[in-house]
Amino acid sequence: MISARGLIKRYGDHTAVDGIDITVPKGQAFGFLGPNGAGKSTTMRMIGCVSPPTAGELRILGMDAATQGPAIRARLGVVPQDDTLDTELNLLENLVIYARYFGIKYKVARERARELLDFVQLSDRAESKVEALSGGMRRRLTIARSLINEPDLVMLDEPTTGLDPQARHLVWERLFRLKKRGVTLVLTTHYMDEAEQLCDRLVVMDGGKIAAEGTPRQLIETHVTREVVELRFNTEDHSAYAEKLDGAAERVEVLPDRVLLYTDDGESSVSEVHGRGLSPASVLERRATLEDVFLRLTGRTLVD
Amino acid sequence: MAVMTTLAVRNKGLRPAPMVERNYAVHRHGWIMIISGLLESLFYLFSLGVGVGALVKQIELPGGRMVDYAVFVAPAMLANAAMNAAVAETTFNVFGKLKWMKLYDGVLATPMRPRDVAAGEITWALIRGAIYSAAFLVVMAALGLTDTWWAVLAFPGSVLIGLTFSGIGMLATTYFRNWPDFDWMMAFIFVMFLFSGSFAPIENYPSWLQWAVYASPLYHGIELLRAFSLGDLSPMLLVHAAYLAVVGAVCMGFAARRLSKLLYK
Repeated sequence: MISARGLIKRYGDHTAVDGIDITVPKGQAFGFLGPNGAGKSTTMRMIGCVSPPTAGELRILGMDAATQGPAIRARLGVVPQDDTLDTELNLLENLVIYARYFGIKYKVARERARELLDFVQLSDRAESKVEALSGGMRRRLTIARSLINEPDLVMLDEPTTGLDPQARHLVWERLFRLKKRGVTLVLTTHYMDEAEQLCDRLVVMDGGKIAAEGTPRQLIETHVTREVVELRFNTEDHSAYAEKLDGAAERVEVLPDRVLLYTDDGESSVSEVHGRGLSPASVLERRATLEDVFLRLTGRTLVD
Repeated sequence: MAVMTTLAVRNKGLRPAPMVERNYAVHRHGWIMIISGLLESLFYLFSLGVGVGALVKQIELPGGRMVDYAVFVAPAMLANAAMNAAVAETTFNVFGKLKWMKLYDGVLATPMRPRDVAAGEITWALIRGAIYSAAFLVVMAALGLTDTWWAVLAFPGSVLIGLTFSGIGMLATTYFRNWPDFDWMMAFIFVMFLFSGSFAPIENYPSWLQWAVYASPLYHGIELLRAFSLGDLSPMLLVHAAYLAVVGAVCMGFAARRLSKLLYK
């Protein structure tokens, strides 16, 4: 569905995307993870054929993104980060008019618009103005809009950012259904649980480059240990414990408020800690998550 | 497959229709907006033509013919109305959609291209302007401000003015950064309106000013419409029409390219 080789995007002397290679096969849910400014959205815009690559080869649905933009876009569904809904139209009109941009006949457009409002549970709001919608409803409407042309590939840029848990779960459930129908999904997210739930394969981007790639499980196995032990001590300064805990696990990371032990066997690490005569105020043993991978690869420093 | 083929075929030409349809859907419930634009130009006609006309009574044309002042001013008001409709639509409205509503970002995720958006907005501006012009011409005829059937040609003439100023407006919009830029544009348009032979034949101007006026598209528009409404035809009209067409076409071409640059970042 998507194949990118050496894809580069520069704005002046700033390189937003710095030579990435991606392959997304049909039917897969593919995720981009990465901190703000990592180049995720820029990559999405290039795949969406609204941002010409500075260099590299980009083929989508077997066509060349540089020359066949309109034909590619005809088969894409796009959920941009900011909804770009038409605030001067009501919900139903938003979908019908959007269908018209694709050259879909008016009658078909109306039918599909009704079905899709149903699909995202907004039928009772068909005549409302977009301004009256909550963030979650806007997102659902944008998802409905992205499906109006029955796309082969749907691109979602942070589909659930800013939504409450109920809205997020509803969006996820709808995306699952699309996946089951064989629609290829490409999404970016900040939420590791979202990535774990939805994505068959992931890339972690940082500084415009791909830092890691694989299934969620693979990424955890490759980049962190199976388990993580979080220790908190009754102290203002945890850095003193770095030395005391040295060698108690495969890797020890000292944070201002706690110490993380990366280990394949949490229990033996905990007994090692106690064996060294240390008595932490709290001990939490847990499985390693994508979040650990993410922080390991992209660092803990705040971006933007 | 059939859908793909039709799309492939259509992609060769321009696709202004979807954008027009979108604008129609927005205005279907708000025709007040359109009526208010028409009233504005009619008020101009009444206050200047009828008000000032009561003082000036008659005016001598360069050819020596005497006409009522209102008859002289009315076609200029029509040209001004056609210009204003086109400029308002392609500057204020397009800028709002471009920078504030981010409407086109959504539109361009479909097979629509920037030039389709530009063509659609210009077509919509022309439709809106054509409605104003038709109504204005009817009022002119009803008030006896024109008494020749040549005046019917003032309708396509005002659509041509709309085309020219839609192109200019569209191009200007791609350079605007924020709302204060519009104040400069409005000031410029007002000066052009005052000095394009709206209220007096430009033969009365000093010759350096005359040359500046020749550059003004509005001047050529006014000359064209005035000739039609007075039934005073000459080969010069072809020059006026050609000037309007060329300025419009060049601006539109550049506007579509600039819009591509702005939107395909």
